[in-house]
Amino acid sequence: MMHEQLADIVAERFVTRPPELQIDLTPGLQREETILETRGLSVWYGGFQALRDISLAVPGRRITAIIGPSGCGKSTLIRCFNRMNDLIPGFRVEGELLFEGRNIYGRGIDPVDVRRRIGMVFQKPNPFPKSVYENVAFGARVNGYVGKLSEIVERALRRAALWDEVKDKLRQNALALSGGQQQRLCIARALAIEPEVILMDEPCSALDPVATLKIEDLMRELAERYAIVIVTHNMQQAARVADYSAVMMMAEDRAGEMIEFGPTRQVFTTPKEKRTEDYITGRFG
Amino acid sequence: MGVTDIEAVGPASRIRPRGPLEARLRHGREAAIHGVLFLCAFVSIFTTLAIIATLLEETIGFFGEVSIIDFLTDTKWIPGLGGGPGGLEPHFGILPLLSGTLLVAAGAAVVALPVGLLTAIFLSEYAPEWLRGIVKPILEVLAGIPTVVLGFFALTFVSEDIIKVLFPETKIFNAASAAIVVGIMIIPMVSSLSEDAMSAVPRSLREGAYALGATKLEVALRVVVPAALSGIVASFILAISRAIGETMIVTLAAGATPNLTWNPLDSIQTMTAYIVQVSLGETAQGSLGFRTIFAVGMTLFVMTLTLNVISQYLLHRFREVYE
Amino acid sequence: MTAAEAGFRRRLFLRKATAVGFALLCILATSLGIAALALLLVDITREGVGRVSWDFINSFPSRKPEQAGIKAALWGTIWMMGLTASFAIPIGVGAAVYLEEYAPRNWLTRVIQTNIANLAGVPSIVYGILGLALFVRAMSLERSVLAGSLTMALLVLPIVIIASQEALRAVPNSVREAAYAVGASRWQVVSRQVLPAAFPGILTGIILALSRAIGETAPLIMIGALLFVPFTPSGPLDRFTVLPMQIFNWTSRPQPEFRENAAAGIIVLLIVLLTMNATAVILRNRFQARARQ
Repeated sequence: MMHEQLADIVAERFVTRPPELQIDLTPGLQREETILETRGLSVWYGGFQALRDISLAVPGRRITAIIGPSGCGKSTLIRCFNRMNDLIPGFRVEGELLFEGRNIYGRGIDPVDVRRRIGMVFQKPNPFPKSVYENVAFGARVNGYVGKLSEIVERALRRAALWDEVKDKLRQNALALSGGQQQRLCIARALAIEPEVILMDEPCSALDPVATLKIEDLMRELAERYAIVIVTHNMQQAARVADYSAVMMMAEDRAGEMIEFGPTRQVFTTPKEKRTEDYITGRFG
Repeated sequence: MGVTDIEAVGPASRIRPRGPLEARLRHGREAAIHGVLFLCAFVSIFTTLAIIATLLEETIGFFGEVSIIDFLTDTKWIPGLGGGPGGLEPHFGILPLLSGTLLVAAGAAVVALPVGLLTAIFLSEYAPEWLRGIVKPILEVLAGIPTVVLGFFALTFVSEDIIKVLFPETKIFNAASAAIVVGIMIIPMVSSLSEDAMSAVPRSLREGAYALGATKLEVALRVVVPAALSGIVASFILAISRAIGETMIVTLAAGATPNLTWNPLDSIQTMTAYIVQVSLGETAQGSLGFRTIFAVGMTLFVMTLTLNVISQYLLHRFREVYE
Repeated sequence: MTAAEAGFRRRLFLRKATAVGFALLCILATSLGIAALALLLVDITREGVGRVSWDFINSFPSRKPEQAGIKAALWGTIWMMGLTASFAIPIGVGAAVYLEEYAPRNWLTRVIQTNIANLAGVPSIVYGILGLALFVRAMSLERSVLAGSLTMALLVLPIVIIASQEALRAVPNSVREAAYAVGASRWQVVSRQVLPAAFPGILTGIILALSRAIGETAPLIMIGALLFVPFTPSGPLDRFTVLPMQIFNWTSRPQPEFRENAAAGIIVLLIVLLTMNATAVILRNRFQARARQ
């Protein structure tokens, strides 16, 4: 505790953020301006190559969907964006993954810092087995915050369109919420640390259709201020919410490759690749 | 709901960005914690090394004075503690202590292995959920009874009220009463580890046998037990190792006479009981009598360690098949 | 009815009869273990319940059996438990956290893991020999309650580690991922999410380990805990005795009055142990019930 306070004071007095990393969320980040970019990204788990030569630019304040059949490496790719794959033994990466122009796999980059600025929502709602309030406050607590914690919690819950449903049960265990509420709580938890990008790994696959629609509405709203990357195997969902879509396929050696990327409308109506068309029209996948 | 009411939440609280200095402090702290936790885990390695070093040092000293051939082949154990009465020539043959130990362990195995295995079969194949919920905690309580209490039971009940009644000629201290109670002590170990092994046998295997018209007995003995065999044998070996290392029951009930015999009604002495006898006495540190503790302790350690390693190897192989 | 069918029916009857017989045998075996426990409890209660009284609990040992009590042993046990817990819990939980949350998958980790399993099977008297050589002699702690507690801490460490590892393994990985994803460092993930979630399981393991330590006698004989102690320890370097030592002492005396004292001491010891065991079982059941939700 002492140590953390000390670190806070030291940091506040003497350390300012380097100007080239300065991003003021709402006005600064321009629509369409690339925020995340992969260049020739390849990934191995031990001897198995999971991704090959992925190059993709994620625009700011838009929703980008990654679609493709199961096992094609969608989840591996999205988990590279905030270095969650670092936790898997045998993981190795080649190529570049640029966030605001800096390679997040470069030397001297702390994965903890990357995750603080690039939030993530998982396939299955995974709230901590604690109160609603503690779930949202956790990220702020571990990252150091300025201002009232309760404000951060309320703002995040409002942004996640959950406030009205839970404002009277902030002290209740989060596991008592419905599945859809739990997932929105996980979104609120990600928003509370004010990330610049939100990654969503099949966020609706464990939810019923009504809860799914609510999350989709929420995503459209959040795209007003955040860049969102969503992995989904549900093409309708991609078509409904995404501004841009990337299509991935498994190559002969089971490594994932990106075969098409562009505005969603174009990908779904006039795909450049025959394989994309086959996949979208349901001929395989 | 909309973007507007989000802004209505008072002055903005902001996550403060981290500076490089703070990041370095945090890295230092994380590394320090990692180091401390590693040291905690390393305490176990240190313990093993310390046990081996301790036993080895004094055992080497012991074998400087007593030949290892005599130690392993002499049939008399007369350590002559405190000078020895009537100038008896000292003998340091481990065989009487070893036979006493093995006699008790074998007797315990005769009691515990069948009872423990049948209990495990009952729990895993026959007992309904509610009955398991009662029987298993009771067996856990039995497993948690301190050995000094079991020693009291062996001496005051099993020896006096059972063995002496059945065989009036028997001395009050005898191998049989200790063996029976050591057997009772290791029943829970056999039953719970064997049951774990049997529960790990997939349901599909049982269903396959039932579908061929097998009775419950046939499923249990011809399908489940063979499938779980290495786990069951591992539990047997571990239990026997426990019996060999057991101290208080044999100290209290089996006697203090090193005796190369296979008669369970005789008074005997086990390796562990001998170690206790020496440390309760006034044997001077550094004397040959004192060093015998370490030589006997080393023998005990090597025996139990060998059994434990075999048992773990079997368990490991079993897990590879089913998990 | 054909001959073959008749034969099958006859054999089926035999098979069914054998199956019933076997089931009865299993039931008999199971009841044997339970009966032994019941016999033991009845025997000890019959022998000792008459001696259990406040005076017995609050008196020092005496050469006169009717005046002897377990005050010194009880306080010695409390001292030893406190010290043992303060060594074994942090080191044991720390080691478990290292192995489950930090350790790379390499040969050293495998060696440590195998070693812990082996240590769990080392006879307690061997720990006593270690304690005698290491703490009593090499570290010159003499035959103090501190030396006894350190020995006991090493003895129960594998139990604490293995139980804590199981509890940590039961925490779903999604909790760790969620915490990492909001920018928590490894220690923040472990200390603020994983350990609290594993706490009930770890606590159960600690209680079981301590109840093992409370009942152990052999290692304390080795390090020279006293058989006759007419005082309570006032510091960690004082000499001491514990309940099992007192029971051992009384049991090994020939006079039946001392034996009665031993039985009374056992009753007190078993009450303490059963309370601890019951707490552990209740905790575990609660934990399992919650995990199932």
